Amino acid sequence: MLQLSDIITWIHEFLSANIPAEWAVKLIEYVLVGLGFLTLYALIALFLIIFERKICAYFQCRLGPNRVGPWGIFQVIADMVKILLKEIIPLKHNDKLLYYAAPFIVIMGSLLTFGGLQFAKGVHGVDFNIGVFYLLAVSSISIIGVMLAGWSSNNKYSLIGAMRSGAQVISFELSACLSMMAMVILCGSMNLSDMMESQGRLWFIFQAPIPAFIGMVIYLIAAHAETNRGPFDLPEAESELTAGYHVEYSGITFGFFYVGEYCNLFINAAIGALVFLGGWQPLHFPGCEGFNAVMDYIPSCVWFFGKTLLLIFLSLWVRWSFPRLRIDQLLHLEWKIMLPFSLFNILLMAVLVANGWVF
Amino acid sequence: MEDIKKLLAKVASGKTLAENTQYPTLELEPNEVRAVAQKLKDAGFDYLINLTGVDYGDALGTVYHISSSTDKTALVVLKTKTADRENPVLHTVCDIWQSANLYEREVYDFFGIRFINHPDMRRIFLRGDWKGFPFRKDYNEVNETPTTNVDIDDLETLPSITLDRDGKIVEKNAKLFGANEYVVNIGPQHPATHGVLHLRTSLDGEIVKKIDPNFGYIHRGIEKLAENLTYPQILPYTERLDYLSGSINRHAFCMCVENAAGIEVPQRAQYVRVIFDELTRIASHLLGWGCMAMDMGAITAFIYGMRDREKIMDIFEENGGGRLMPAYSIIGGLTKDVTSGFEKTVLDFVSYMRESIKEYHTLYTHNPIASDRMHNVGWLTKETAVALGATGPTGRASGWSNDVRKIAPYSAYTKVNFKEILRNTDTCKGDSFDRYIIRLDEVEESLNIIEQLVTNLPGDGFQVKVPAIVKLPEGEYYQRAETARGDFGVYIKSDGNKNPYRVKFRSPCMTLISALDPLCKGEKIADLITIGASLDYVIPCADR
Repeated sequence: MLQLSDIITWIHEFLSANIPAEWAVKLIEYVLVGLGFLTLYALIALFLIIFERKICAYFQCRLGPNRVGPWGIFQVIADMVKILLKEIIPLKHNDKLLYYAAPFIVIMGSLLTFGGLQFAKGVHGVDFNIGVFYLLAVSSISIIGVMLAGWSSNNKYSLIGAMRSGAQVISFELSACLSMMAMVILCGSMNLSDMMESQGRLWFIFQAPIPAFIGMVIYLIAAHAETNRGPFDLPEAESELTAGYHVEYSGITFGFFYVGEYCNLFINAAIGALVFLGGWQPLHFPGCEGFNAVMDYIPSCVWFFGKTLLLIFLSLWVRWSFPRLRIDQLLHLEWKIMLPFSLFNILLMAVLVANGWVF
Repeated sequence: MEDIKKLLAKVASGKTLAENTQYPTLELEPNEVRAVAQKLKDAGFDYLINLTGVDYGDALGTVYHISSSTDKTALVVLKTKTADRENPVLHTVCDIWQSANLYEREVYDFFGIRFINHPDMRRIFLRGDWKGFPFRKDYNEVNETPTTNVDIDDLETLPSITLDRDGKIVEKNAKLFGANEYVVNIGPQHPATHGVLHLRTSLDGEIVKKIDPNFGYIHRGIEKLAENLTYPQILPYTERLDYLSGSINRHAFCMCVENAAGIEVPQRAQYVRVIFDELTRIASHLLGWGCMAMDMGAITAFIYGMRDREKIMDIFEENGGGRLMPAYSIIGGLTKDVTSGFEKTVLDFVSYMRESIKEYHTLYTHNPIASDRMHNVGWLTKETAVALGATGPTGRASGWSNDVRKIAPYSAYTKVNFKEILRNTDTCKGDSFDRYIIRLDEVEESLNIIEQLVTNLPGDGFQVKVPAIVKLPEGEYYQRAETARGDFGVYIKSDGNKNPYRVKFRSPCMTLISALDPLCKGEKIADLITIGASLDYVIPCADR
């Protein structure tokens, strides 16, 4: 059966056969990989925008976009063209360099993360021995962009938004990392390929059900909070700070924040799927050979994107059901509830793994 | 009534009550007002309903409508005037009744009467550079359309006047904010101010230190316009005051004119008017509920509220013609009879709405985040509510029984059984949650009223013939009505002509906005938005 990795191998062999210089092959491949990620990045953002608009419309007894194209699926294309054509309004009395750099930093943070993800069997940008660490590290870069945007706009609303964002993301980063650490203990490696390998037998969520489930819930909440989306959208807080840190941005500079938000949504769901739900590994149960064989027929990229979409749907469900937290409730949730739980979870996982009480 | 007359005779020794007035009225000299006001306050008259400025031609004066939070049906009127048109001054009563603060600023803005010892004599609705005082009958200033917005409005300096020992006027200026305060302009264009309200908010990090509301962005001068219009011509303007209680405002104005002109309205028209009032109240509370949810970040709840409100709008459109403003009541009845099938549509809506409310509670009331954000935030005690004149659901959530439908029943409210929704003052003392839940409870009570009325709709006509030109006999008339936001009042002073001499609408929203500062002090920015939404003010009603 055709796998995505076969196509990649084929391209590599084709290039190697036709171009003698090895460095030229590598250069062309780097460019191709970069272009591929950029395309994927834009497509995922476009897809998620229409996905969210449709989903939230059904939550709200509406139909959502339904005019441009069948079921309104081309509405996002129209919106994209609109946002590309809009004027970027220049501001007076602001820090020009930081103001224009901020959206790029946001985009860069999420684009770097793409390199570390595993989209299907053998389809990934780089394979580190510290893959999980890399993902957590670069996905936090975008907060710098958010803070810079709020600071350099020279606007009181965006400053308050940026300060809230700083407090929020730094707090929730802790829980997200600690809940991942529990899974690293279970796997014994930070390498994502190793993690995929050891989930081929059984997904982590089934290998140690209790700590893995606690970890996953904590991770999903923390990751959701890091994306600055409701009920954790305090940095934007439409009804309080009008749009928070990006209130002064227009046109494509605003578009970058918008796209970055959706891609961060995807990235967080993807990391959750990779670490807890087996990534691109099909659903396997030891001992059920027939069932496992059937599951293997489903391509690995379908498994990966299916799990990611499921987690994104959970995130949207929360987003469109709950009101926004207040800043003190937010910090209370992180420092007094989630952080102790994730520390306890690491302990629990360590005890289980040390005694071999895992499946 | 006799008790009140006795009381008035006692507090104003030597004065006699004015004759042939709607309410017991005392006419006082400017220097007597404060003493009488203080005595009235001590006797329990702690609720200043309304304060109206009037230009009598030879003199400028003010009219005070005063009631009590204990003896709720009591209503007395004080009047005073000063003959000095060049530099008129009166004594303030804003230290006796806190709500007078904004009213006196309004009187200064429109009539140029300055109040001694009032801490803040800025203009309230008009710009700081406005020439003249437009409500004076001899006003003929020309105000050019401004072409610049630099330094037009000094919002920071609070002028005030006091008397020194010799009785001479001393002018003073105070500063609103300190030099290093972090002041954020919330509004006039802001998603959570529910209109063009400008809140100058001093912050300490996330904590609100002080709020100064700045009015007038949607001031249309409706009261001034009304002085040049006939009574039927004023009706459309009334709906545009508090546009979410449009038909109730219109009903109140119609009643005021009808009572003054002695027009008897048929029972059927009265019933239908009250049904429409209650539907308006439900629509308004649904929007208030939805907006409150949206202000707290739950957009889905807002859409649910709008979905059910749409059904009311359809009933309005089918019968009145308009949707947001049904334009249904006219002087003498209704524009046309209700359509056939009206009863069934309304009853269907009633049963539908009862189910919907359960859904609202599931969706929002019992949500842990929502309830955490509303509980223990924005305490409004009963005393403060009375002092500020914060009527309607806001006052009732603090335990102040102030429902005009019960205090001074009008129209078909005399014929229905309903209870005034009050929050129990022992367990809850008027936080945001009380103000939130009371609106949903009121919707249920409104459904009961509608159900009683619509099943007993009388068959007599929907309007009576009124003269082509309505003229009111000379005198002053005041009509109260309960809108979705509280105690709405129409004050008409007629000199017998076809258009009124002075019209004043008592806005329930202006007093609600003045409650923002005491409620939000020390709370967070997010709470400011929640509290604002729980007060549920509408800006065009405050600005008029």
